[in-house]
Amino acid sequence: MSAISREEVSHLAMLARIDLQPDELDRLAAQLDVILDAVATVTQVAGEDVPATSHPMPLTNVTRPDEPRPCLTQEEALSGAPAAEAGRFRVPRILEED
Amino acid sequence: MTVTDTTEAVLAYDDVVAAYDPVLGLEVHVELNTATKMFCGCPTGFGAEPNTQVCPVCLGLPGALPVLNARGLESAIRIGLALNCEIATWCRFARKNYFYPDMPKNFQTSQYDEPIAFNGFLDVELDDGSTFRVEIERAHMEEDTGKSTHVGGSTGRIHGADHSLVDYNRAGIPLIEIVTKPVEGAGERAPEIARAYVSALRDLLRALGVSDVRMEQGSLRCDANLSLRAKVPGTAPGSAEQRAVPLGTRSETKNVNSLRSVERAVRYEMTRHAARLAAGLRIVQETRHWHEDTGITTSGREKSDAEDYRYFPEPDLVPMSPDPAWVDELRGTLPEPPPQRRRRLQADWGFADLEMRDLVNAGAVELVEATVAAGAAPAAARKWWSGELARRANADGVELAAMPVTPAQVAALQGLVDAGTLTDSLARQVLEGVLAGEGEPADVVESRGLRVVSDDGALGAAVDQAIADNPDVADKVRSGKVAAVGALVGAVMKQMRGQADAAKVKALLTERLAPADSTTDVTTS
Repeated sequence: MSAISREEVSHLAMLARIDLQPDELDRLAAQLDVILDAVATVTQVAGEDVPATSHPMPLTNVTRPDEPRPCLTQEEALSGAPAAEAGRFRVPRILEED
Repeated sequence: MTVTDTTEAVLAYDDVVAAYDPVLGLEVHVELNTATKMFCGCPTGFGAEPNTQVCPVCLGLPGALPVLNARGLESAIRIGLALNCEIATWCRFARKNYFYPDMPKNFQTSQYDEPIAFNGFLDVELDDGSTFRVEIERAHMEEDTGKSTHVGGSTGRIHGADHSLVDYNRAGIPLIEIVTKPVEGAGERAPEIARAYVSALRDLLRALGVSDVRMEQGSLRCDANLSLRAKVPGTAPGSAEQRAVPLGTRSETKNVNSLRSVERAVRYEMTRHAARLAAGLRIVQETRHWHEDTGITTSGREKSDAEDYRYFPEPDLVPMSPDPAWVDELRGTLPEPPPQRRRRLQADWGFADLEMRDLVNAGAVELVEATVAAGAAPAAARKWWSGELARRANADGVELAAMPVTPAQVAALQGLVDAGTLTDSLARQVLEGVLAGEGEPADVVESRGLRVVSDDGALGAAVDQAIADNPDVADKVRSGKVAAVGALVGAVMKQMRGQADAAKVKALLTERLAPADSTTDVTTS
């Protein structure tokens, strides 16, 4: 019933920075259709007694006091970075404006 | 200079407002002055070593869970209330997804269709004393991004950069984004209204005590949206006929980081849009970059289908449902509106409109208030802050409030002048000592030996010396040319290294040089 188009897959791939070949676009469009249909069965459960929700826990207003807590050191912060320079994360040149 | 810095054609401003009706949309981002970030306990201080105020949460490391800063939420609600907004009874955070290394999570935690505050207004006072109401669409909570430095390019800008370096100390600092509804009816005053709005908002945020509101440091940032539409002849800018004309395509100008720039950037964009429209060209919906030095904007990125942020409710943060009783309590903490407060203080102090405006523009109202509270006369407090201190702050390129002298010290300094311990000129030297960190005014008076010499013997000797050194001038004075005494006063003051009361010196000289038939009783030695 859902029909995800080739163009939509291409757009999503662009947003996710995934380089897809033309044959992959066709194949994935069909697969995503099946996945969306499967997920859509959840909507059949929703009803008067089962409202739609974004959060499974019935909690609101969870906050913490505005009190500083220990940070990582610079070395720790950068330890997982593929590249670092001058205490900063080194990333490929950014194409867009700041 | 990159290729995008070419100057575009502009139309003369009078011609712009004769033919077009401007519509503004202003987005202001304000960094809150909380001690910690919005969703983690990292401190928010400015100027720390890079990546030393970071943790697994704000670095987006796997498994880290954010928790909302209670004071961030409180500040957001107070801002909403001060802007006459409705406060959401229930709302959520949302993820704004995008690929850009300034957020290590690949999304920014923000609010989308459920802002904490919405539907408000701010009444803005203009230079001519009239008021313009700017309607507020929403104020929502989000987090600031990291800071990128672009390396390898010759200009330091992104174009031509070889790679970028990112510091995440700023990532996660609480931000409130305040968005206006389309501002219609501004007409030719659109640039002034844009500036006045940001200025009024800054005053309000400062009065609320929720932010440093330093535009030059980026804790208050403004993006100015502008579009033009054809003007309906013979109607006022805010008329129903004019409002019925569909909005034109807008541009969004960023990097506008002073009040003056807000006004200039809007004015420039009006003239640029008008030139394009008059030439039959279309306006490109895009981000523009303001250049303070050249006073123009250049093209940033085009806003097209790339603006697909795939917002969805943030699953890691639970919804917010502020208790109405708490919101009412916060309403009780709102400050007196700044324009009202200014009018009250101006009346109390007896200042002229211009004097008061200078204080406001210099950001000195609170400083003068505190100085007066510490015992100084209003006129004296104003003289120090909008005179000597404003001049020095300006020369050093710092905010007046950041000068290393407290209102209490200024009041103490003025107290020494009032008591006759210091002359104005000596007081300025003492101030210099205070600013240099030499201690309280009284300490500087002692350590630099700057008090007015009240020893009549020393002063009398200096007066006699000056008369002896300048017999010609002395004769002139004796013969009735009273104005000539000034030169002798100068000589005495020089001899006393400024540490004498000029009026007293003049009195002593006049006594000694009185014409022979004078009845003045010369009693000093």
